[in-house]
Amino acid sequence: MSTKTQWMPVIGLEVHCELATNTKLFCSCANAFGAPPNTNICPVCLGLPGSLPVLNARAVEFSLRLAEALNFTVPDKSVFARKNYFYPDMPKDYQVTQFELPILQAGVIDVDGVTIGIERAHLEEDTGKSSHMGGGGRIHDAEYSLVDYNRAGVPLLEIVSRPDIRSAEQARGYVSELRAVLLAIGVSDVKMEEGSMRVDANISLRASEADEFGTKVEIKNMNSLRSLGRAIDHEIDRQAEALETGETIIQETRHWDENENRTSGMRSKEGSSDYRYFPEPDLVPVAPTAEQRAAVRDSLPELPARRRERLIEAWGITLPDARILVDVPGLADYAEAAVAALAGGAARDVVNLCTGDLLAYLNETGRTLAAIALDPAGLADLADLIGDGTLSRSLAQEVFAACVADGSSPRAVVAEKGLAQVSDTGELGTILDAVIAANADAVAQYHAGDDKERKKKRGFLMGEAMKASKGQGNPQLLNQLLDERLV
Amino acid sequence: MADENPTAITRAEVEHVAGLARLGLSADEVDRLTHELAGILIHARDMGELDLSGVEPTSHPLPLVNVVRPDEISPSLDRDEVLAAAPAVQDNQFRVPRILEAP
Ligand SMILES: [Zn+2]
Repeated sequence: MSTKTQWMPVIGLEVHCELATNTKLFCSCANAFGAPPNTNICPVCLGLPGSLPVLNARAVEFSLRLAEALNFTVPDKSVFARKNYFYPDMPKDYQVTQFELPILQAGVIDVDGVTIGIERAHLEEDTGKSSHMGGGGRIHDAEYSLVDYNRAGVPLLEIVSRPDIRSAEQARGYVSELRAVLLAIGVSDVKMEEGSMRVDANISLRASEADEFGTKVEIKNMNSLRSLGRAIDHEIDRQAEALETGETIIQETRHWDENENRTSGMRSKEGSSDYRYFPEPDLVPVAPTAEQRAAVRDSLPELPARRRERLIEAWGITLPDARILVDVPGLADYAEAAVAALAGGAARDVVNLCTGDLLAYLNETGRTLAAIALDPAGLADLADLIGDGTLSRSLAQEVFAACVADGSSPRAVVAEKGLAQVSDTGELGTILDAVIAANADAVAQYHAGDDKERKKKRGFLMGEAMKASKGQGNPQLLNQLLDERLV
Repeated sequence: MADENPTAITRAEVEHVAGLARLGLSADEVDRLTHELAGILIHARDMGELDLSGVEPTSHPLPLVNVVRPDEISPSLDRDEVLAAAPAVQDNQFRVPRILEAP
């Protein structure tokens, strides 16, 4: 009897991004991921009586960089506030954050041609890290917990979008563009898996664009773009089902369980007034000066959207390739350096090597571009060797593997292993004649067969010829010469 | 001015706020604080009736802004010394009682 309502999702995202400063937000302890537990702690970040916080100048500078990149308004004054709650990951029993007066207001970001509004971005300190012991190792059933305060006090920018997002896919696009911007302007290393970028989603449904917003539910604990998309889709389905059956959506926080592929309700949250925010008396307001803002503006690098456009234009590459180059830390710089070093080769081949072999190598080994043996000039050499016909793509792959392993130059590898592509028609002709003589059956079946059979036999003969040339035969030439012999 | 106004704050609200601050108050203390807090709230309400549109809210008593330090690392505390002061320690971490009530 009922036609299903087409529910329209309304999504807002809160992105917490750890700033890549040397030190914490209010003390001079190192801001370092993966240090042994409790080695970067001091009286300030432990909240010992009598200690006083002092703001990290670079955290302000980083905020101003984001302001320039995403057209935020920078208020004359922003103020830190204490958010009071008792939880062992915050040794002071309050978190220093910004409440009524954040450092940035009203920014915008373009996501695949759609403008998404950003309500605000504020500075705050991160919490410590707790591990729950006993039971199932989760907070709900743990017997006790262990706390490491190395992360307590690490600077975070919390970036709060307007409820402008309409689908899981758009949410992923938003986070991915924001991540590219944060990376490009050098303020964060934005690794979702390591927790240096964390995303919470607020989701509600309504029956039409004209309706008011429904009751929103907050989803936490998504640690990759993929799980963000899945969690949002799941929550949209859950709410739609509840609304269809006349259930009321409760305003709550739900926890995404990656393994179970579902969300579950968490402890009921204290209301905002229960946090009893008040201005932090130990920190004075931040009032960015015109000089500070001008200095940041002058040093701002090219932003991802602009850079993608430029590379597509200059090199004739696709948007997905341009995205990979810009999104992988350092890859676009590497590719641009390689293209600049080309001597006759094609940018296209540099990009193929970067987004193919090189990226696969980085993913496999977990290395960064700075730590690999093949420099951009070496990669340019390789592209030149493809360009002048010395190497086929498959030979280039072999040379790449050898060079990236020990840093030897592509030309040296080609000479040493005798890998150069054979483009001599006489030599290839001899190889083909031998293959045809040795496989008279296949040749006969080729001539007698239907299209399918001919294709198969031709492929077989081509494979034999390639094998006989030790993979070095120029594929275009071999094809051409084989055709001539099969007429 | 601060005349008795029993509706400024209720006993239940005082108990709620005491609970948020993890304060265990006796019944006498709740009575006294309900009375005292009502006085403070009424005073705030009186101020709210003044025209203060040209007056900036005071977040800090000193006329200072932009007190910052350079982003340079200085040595942290010795871990063993810090952990020696903790009530319970395991694997170089602070060991704390279960965080959530049993379900
Ligand atoms: Zn510290």
